[in-house]
Amino acid sequence: MDVESAKVIAFALAVGLGVIGPGIGIGILVSKALEAIGRNPEAASTITATMFIGIAFTEALAIFALVVGFIIKFT
Amino acid sequence: MNGGLHISLAADRLGTFLGLPITNTLLSAWAVMAVLIITAIVVGRNPRLIPGRVQNFFEMLFDFVLDYMEQTLGTRELAMRFFPLILTIFLFIFTSNLFDFLPFFGSVGIIQNGTLVPLFRPVNTDLNTTLALAIIAYIVIEITGVVLLGFLKYGSKFVNFKGGVLGFIIGIIELVSNLARLISFSFRLFGNVFAGEVLIAVALSFLPYILPVPIMLFETFVGLVQAAIFALLTLVFIKIAITEPHEVDAPHTPQTSH
Repeated sequence: MDVESAKVIAFALAVGLGVIGPGIGIGILVSKALEAIGRNPEAASTITATMFIGIAFTEALAIFALVVGFIIKFT
Repeated sequence: MNGGLHISLAADRLGTFLGLPITNTLLSAWAVMAVLIITAIVVGRNPRLIPGRVQNFFEMLFDFVLDYMEQTLGTRELAMRFFPLILTIFLFIFTSNLFDFLPFFGSVGIIQNGTLVPLFRPVNTDLNTTLALAIIAYIVIEITGVVLLGFLKYGSKFVNFKGGVLGFIIGIIELVSNLARLISFSFRLFGNVFAGEVLIAVALSFLPYILPVPIMLFETFVGLVQAAIFALLTLVFIKIAITEPHEVDAPHTPQTSH
């Protein structure tokens, strides 16, 4: 197997496996936020703002995986 | 690389000036700065008591952000102190992301070594820019904590001998997570914008004129959200830095009355 094919496979593996965790995490996060809004519709704006902060944190982990993939493939 | 797709992780150097490299992201950054500074000067020049539409828009934006900061930080005075930094971070990142969709970004360029090197490239696709913004935010957060709490009290959050072994370990974890913010800030912004760039480039090579359009719409939204998140997280971390460390005291035994 030459280096180029190995790089492509490594890129795909890194990104594919790397976004499983954050995907599940964001799903749990948003579902809890929706539940909280359902219980307390008046606090909807606070809950939404806090939810976005939480999403930013978990999404950053997926982005790390993506950037590692880019580094593997393009350098 | 896809035959002909010009994807490079590092910004392309267009030339040097007095020994410093001039990259295409630097040119875009200068364009963004020029637009922001000129807008600021023109809009802020003669503020009227009954505002026109542009002044009204900026007043609404400033009001909203200032109120939110006052809610988070507690006092108006603290909110006024950090307001320029937070809003500048937001406006700079948002404008840089918006400039990505101008017609000549990424397409007009010069020929270097046989390939077309674009003259302008979105500012946040360069890790240097996002790292610089992250370093600025990090230094502001740390210095704020030290100045407002005092060096010893702020240091006691990280090197914590009072809480026993567990407190010490938690202090170390706090220290590491503080440093990890540098990486997470810069890579979150860089990754989001760069991945959007690559996505648009790949979509262009599949089905030009049609497929990139919804993706560009999505990327505009992502640009706005990432700018807001950068500013918001800086604000939240400043708030965390100026809160007093928890006092660990023994649980009071309840008074029994006999």
